[in-house]
Amino acid sequence: MPKKGTKSSKGTGSEPKEQERRQKKLPEHLELQRTRVVCKFDGPVNTEGFQYGGAFSAMGIDNSVSVDKFCKDFKVEIKRLTEDDVEFDMIGIDASVANAFRRILIAEVPTMAIEKVLIADNSSVIADEVLAHRLGLIPLDADPRLFEYISENDAPNERNTIVYKLHVSCKKGSPRLTVKSGDLEWLPEGSQLPLASPAQSRDKKKTYTSFSQSQKDILEKPLGVKLKDITIARLGPGQAIELEVHAVKGIGKVHAKWSPVATAWYRMLPEVVLSEEFKGDDAEELVKKCPVNVFDIEDLGNGEKRAFVAKPRACTLCRQCVTGPSGEHVHLRRVRDHFIFTIESTGALPPETLFTEAVRILEEKCERVISELS
Amino acid sequence: MDPQQPEPVSYLCGDCGAENTLKPGDVIQCRECGYRILYKKRTRRIVQYEAR
Repeated sequence: MPKKGTKSSKGTGSEPKEQERRQKKLPEHLELQRTRVVCKFDGPVNTEGFQYGGAFSAMGIDNSVSVDKFCKDFKVEIKRLTEDDVEFDMIGIDASVANAFRRILIAEVPTMAIEKVLIADNSSVIADEVLAHRLGLIPLDADPRLFEYISENDAPNERNTIVYKLHVSCKKGSPRLTVKSGDLEWLPEGSQLPLASPAQSRDKKKTYTSFSQSQKDILEKPLGVKLKDITIARLGPGQAIELEVHAVKGIGKVHAKWSPVATAWYRMLPEVVLSEEFKGDDAEELVKKCPVNVFDIEDLGNGEKRAFVAKPRACTLCRQCVTGPSGEHVHLRRVRDHFIFTIESTGALPPETLFTEAVRILEEKCERVISELS
Repeated sequence: MDPQQPEPVSYLCGDCGAENTLKPGDVIQCRECGYRILYKKRTRRIVQYEAR
C-alpha cells in the first residue's frame, strides 16, 4: 500500500479547483474558516464564523440562511439509544438552535414531581423540611402529557394531581430500617387524609383532594416511582413516618425537580487532521500522547509504521497532541454545524420523546412570535 | 375544650422511652424508671410542606 495519505491529499488538492469552477465554491482557507473552529494550542481561533449572508457576495457565493438549504442539508443520525439515554448527531444546524433545544430540555419540558407533602407523623431524625425536599426530587414514572397544570385556585383533582402515601415504621427492638422510594404507594382514589374542618361533612369525609373518578380508569398503567432504591430516610427502632405527597405538573424553570433530564448537552464534532506523516518513533509518541486513543498505528508492510486518526469522535480537546515540537503538524478542529447531542432522561419520558417534545415547544414559541408580529 | 377539665397529656420518657400520662399538678417523673425529663409528643395534626 504505497502512501495512501499523500495520494489522497494530492487528490483533494486538485478536486476542489474543478468543483470551484463548476459550483462556485469558496477557496479552501475560507471554507475552513466558514465551517470549522480551529483549536490552537493556546485557545480556539475563528469561533464566530461568517454570520452575514452577503459575506461572499463579491465572489458570487451566497452565505445566507434559507429554509430550502436547511431542509436539504439537515440530518439527524442516532448513534446510541437505550432506555434512558440517547446520543445523536444533528448536522446542518446553527449553534443557537442547538442551544435552544438544550435549554428547553432542561427548563421547559414538563414532568410530574412531588410538590406538597402532608406530614401526619415523622419521628425520624430527618427534619420535616429536609424530608419534604428529598421527596420532591424523586423522579416519578408518570407521563406528564396525561396531566394538566394546576393553578393556585384549582382544586386538586384526578387530572392534575397524583397522590402517594408513605407509611413506614420501625418496630421497637428491630434493627434500623432504610426507607426507600419504592415504599411510596400510589393512591389512585386520591387523598386519604381527612380535611380538618369544624363542620362534619354529611356523607363523605372531605379530604385534601377532590377526585371524581379513580385514576385507574383514566390511565393505562399504574403510576409509581421510576427508581425504587432511592434512600429517603432511615428509621431507628420505635420511629415512624406517616405522610402523603401530592405530585403536580411543572417545568424545570420553576424548580429543578421538574427537569426531565439528568443531563442534556452537546459538543461539536471534533476533526483531527495530520498535515504531515508521523512514522516510526514519532507515530508511537503521538499515539502515547493522546489519553483517549484518538490515534492508532497502521502497518505499512515493509516494517514501517504510520500514525493515523482512528477515532476523532473520542477527542476531548485536551490539546495534548498539539503540544511539543511535532504539534504544529496536528490540526484540531471542530465542525461548526455538527452537534453531538446527548440526552439522559430521568425516566418520566424516554429520551427520544423528550427531544421531540422540546422541538414541539420551540415550534410553539415560534408560532407565538409570528402571531405576535402579524 | 372545657377549661375546667384539662385533658391528660401523654409524654415520652427521655431515658426509657415509655409513655407517661400526666395531668396538671402531677410530678414530672417517669413511672417506669423515675427519670425526670419527659418529652411532649409530636402533633398528629397534618403539617403541610412544600417539597422545594
